[in-house]
Amino acid sequence: MPPAGGSAARVGAPSPFLTRVMTRRRESCFRTPSRAILDLAFLGNSHIMSSPPVLFHDVACPFCGMICDDLEVERAADGLKVRRSGCGRAASAFERKLPPSSPMIAGKDVPFAEAVAEAARLIGSASQPLYGGLATDVEGMRAVMALAERTGGVVDHAASGAQYRNFKVLQSVGWTMSTLTEVRNRADLVIIAGTDVQALHPRFFERIVAPAESMFGVTPKDRTVVVIGEGLEKAAKAARVGKVVSLACKPTEVGEVVGVLRARLRGFSLDKVKFGGVTLAEIDTVAELCRAAQYGVVVWAPAAFDFPHAELTVDQLAGLVKDLNPTTRFAGLTLGGAEGATTAASVATWQSGYPLRVSYASGAAEFDPARNDIARMLKAGEGDLLVWVASYSPDFVPPRTDLPTIVLGTPGLKPPKGTQVFVPVGTPGVDHAGRLIRVDSVVSLPLKNLGRAALPSVADVVSAIEAAL
Amino acid sequence: MLIKLTGGKVYDPENGVSGVVRDIYVENGRIVAPRPDAKPDQTHDVSGKVVMAGAIDPHTHIGGGKMTIARMLLPEDHMGDPVARTDITRAGCGHAVPSTHLTGYRYAEMGYTACFEPAMLPANARQAHMEMGDTPMVDKGAFAMLGSDDYFLRQLSEKKDFEAIKDYVAWTMHASQAIAVKVVNPGGISAFKFNQRKLDLDEEHAYYGVTPRQIIVNLARALKELGVTHPLHIHGCNLGVPGNMQTTLDTIRASEGLPIHLTHIQFHSYGTEGDRKFSSAAPQITELLNKTPNVSIDVGQVLFGQTCTASGDSMRQYAISKSANPKKPVVMDIECDAGCGVVPMRYRDKSFVNALQWVIGLETFLMFDDPWRLFLTTDHPNGAPFYTYPHLIRLLMDKSFRDDMFQTINGDAQKQSILPTLTREYTLDDIAILTRAGPARSLGLKDRGHLGVGAAGDITVYTDNPDREAMFQTPEMVFKGGELIVRNGKVVKVVQGGTHVARPDYDKGIEKSLKDYFDRFHTMRMDNFKVSDEEIVTGDKGSVIVQPTGPRVS
Repeated sequence: MPPAGGSAARVGAPSPFLTRVMTRRRESCFRTPSRAILDLAFLGNSHIMSSPPVLFHDVACPFCGMICDDLEVERAADGLKVRRSGCGRAASAFERKLPPSSPMIAGKDVPFAEAVAEAARLIGSASQPLYGGLATDVEGMRAVMALAERTGGVVDHAASGAQYRNFKVLQSVGWTMSTLTEVRNRADLVIIAGTDVQALHPRFFERIVAPAESMFGVTPKDRTVVVIGEGLEKAAKAARVGKVVSLACKPTEVGEVVGVLRARLRGFSLDKVKFGGVTLAEIDTVAELCRAAQYGVVVWAPAAFDFPHAELTVDQLAGLVKDLNPTTRFAGLTLGGAEGATTAASVATWQSGYPLRVSYASGAAEFDPARNDIARMLKAGEGDLLVWVASYSPDFVPPRTDLPTIVLGTPGLKPPKGTQVFVPVGTPGVDHAGRLIRVDSVVSLPLKNLGRAALPSVADVVSAIEAAL
Repeated sequence: MLIKLTGGKVYDPENGVSGVVRDIYVENGRIVAPRPDAKPDQTHDVSGKVVMAGAIDPHTHIGGGKMTIARMLLPEDHMGDPVARTDITRAGCGHAVPSTHLTGYRYAEMGYTACFEPAMLPANARQAHMEMGDTPMVDKGAFAMLGSDDYFLRQLSEKKDFEAIKDYVAWTMHASQAIAVKVVNPGGISAFKFNQRKLDLDEEHAYYGVTPRQIIVNLARALKELGVTHPLHIHGCNLGVPGNMQTTLDTIRASEGLPIHLTHIQFHSYGTEGDRKFSSAAPQITELLNKTPNVSIDVGQVLFGQTCTASGDSMRQYAISKSANPKKPVVMDIECDAGCGVVPMRYRDKSFVNALQWVIGLETFLMFDDPWRLFLTTDHPNGAPFYTYPHLIRLLMDKSFRDDMFQTINGDAQKQSILPTLTREYTLDDIAILTRAGPARSLGLKDRGHLGVGAAGDITVYTDNPDREAMFQTPEMVFKGGELIVRNGKVVKVVQGGTHVARPDYDKGIEKSLKDYFDRFHTMRMDNFKVSDEEIVTGDKGSVIVQPTGPRVS
């Protein structure tokens, strides 16, 4: 089943093979439906790439929340190759060789239809299925929401623990935020709080903090980066911005340091002079930078604050922005959002009214961010079936559980022992087209079908399961 | 399939029909000429009922990032109003900012068959269409927001050839899949990013040196010359500021005869009289508007209760964030494109300011002469959630009910108001114009908003109840494309409406400059910025309906 090579004009279009199996559907590019495709075990991608190389332009990368879309990716006989603009993370993800993979029931290869029927049987007989992981795209999330609603399930993304540090602040006091393009062109002061941005988003400094050119003439040397945390200044210094100031403290101390900064900005005197390794004098320097900034941005990823009640740290960061806005302009920028986390939260919000952690046990959406935390539910022995969705990374495995488990996973993901049903699924933006919402929750990107492998999308599989209920 | 609605009193102002008993025939989703000899497949006896075209809301915030921020922000708004799934409908919830599916069901259950999102940020257009795609039952469409986006402001400040501005406006409509263009606090959203806190009509933007007046005139003229039917949709400067009446009067005059639409004008009709320096300017504003036929308006009526304001106007939303209730305002600067502000709001009838806002809206409705230039809105959810429309209709149609309500509001606001002296009562014809024929005509929906031959089979049947609130609350039947979708105010069939767009001509050469702009400054490629037709219809989300535009002129 070789997808024949395409001309540049056809970049992003489905392969002829997919086109053939898609003809029964009116719409095409976001759903690769197809009994035909679904009935085939996936034999590894070396098997299907025997056509001349095709170069795809303006490829959006789905492997972190920034979704850079300036990549050039070539599809050749031996797989995909990132030719331009990718970071190391993008290269290893796009270029990963998929091992052969087949739908399985209890570890044994079965035809797709049998796996779907068994999944439908398990879901249909579960009284509280837990829909977790949720690393998918918009269409996949739409399908999961419909199925969860119909089956009285609970919906939660694997990264909700981090996202909820933000949501709790949003839902309590609100905030003022910015987006990537705005920061890229405007920010003359970037305060990075507790977060190893370079590890999360390897191109953040290149694209957002220190681009060679900006719309309002803010050059890299006009920009100041303040890092509040340990060992975070290296990446900022490598970006060659005008000035890097470091307030070295542990993630658990960021809240206090920012709290002191806010106090100093309000003119309070303090009798302590050291706060978790940071001196009052250092904090005062940052206060001056804040006052002098034209457009300051406070950057954090909630995942960086992995300790109890870390929402109080986020609250300090949002509060710093709030304190500065009456006189100058400041905004927050929250990062992370890999594995479709932002997409899952957004789709869940517009469809259910709540950002994940929703239960449909009563038929209506019930929101309880403490109770409907799937990680907690699994530990507490709640629920009676886990449906785990992981379409990007093979490492995105479900937490340990004794519950019967259905995994919709990218080939290479090792389903844990006890997985009842495994269905290999495509990666959005690699194996099929799709859409993904960026970490700033504003911009969404179209993802191309690069024709790596003929795998069904999460939406296809979930819809097939729903149809089989 | 031939469907016949027989014996109804038809109100179809576009075709000059006022309460005349006549049969309506629908075949294959369209209204056809009467065929008394044919045997219909379905006959609905609607004798004594009121029959109108499906209603159209030309300004309702139903899709896009700011609504999902509002949804995310307000779990308490949703928890009190859960709606379980049924065999045909999806679950949902929500009072001020309902979930998407529920928005579609509730609009249809109120007799509406089309809704237009007035503030779609081009940078957020993809998500706006995704949310509207998850809003079933009704047709949709969206207005692209321009005027604080840096590409346009650069064009204007660099005094680019006007044809290039037109090309950019048209390109944006194509790229974002819009039917019209809106400007919000012209230039002010951008100015706020430069720390300007107000921008009056002739005040210069600190960086670009252009004024809101220039922005309005250029955009209004561009749309006219591009042949776009709906005129520039203007959310003016100084929203909510006491004394903004002067800006509004100046804005009306600034149009210089160009067609413009002033939206939620209630929020822009404030004087500074009285002890509290806050008063109604509805008399002055409507007096000028009545003499200015090139200007249409919608009101943005305030009704009492909990809601959430959601606007592209980050500058003014930031300014009112002190009034947030509950106290959790959200403001965003967005993508060198626009901004937004989401501020929960509780309008109280005992509050002087809120009561006066209520009064100003009603005075505007009652003193503005031409129903063809006035649309019924609460600027959902800014003035009130959309399902308060039946209550608003009763306030307009029923003077004694209005007087009773007036007695319950803040006493100082009562003392200031001329409302009791306004004896006008809207007729069913007026309501049919405000909620159907007028919006359809203004938006260029030739086959919507009326019941003539060739129109879409979007029809609402009401019981002729003297309690107009009850009447408009619960239509007996609603048809969409000839299918019965609502009976006795409940969804009986789920359908997916189309998405209306307009596609004025433009010179593709503009993409050279745009591509360079995107590559140098943006975090998104130009080609990825564009929303395709396929994206809108994917997953059986309906269809794209291209409404005609006039010829491009210069």
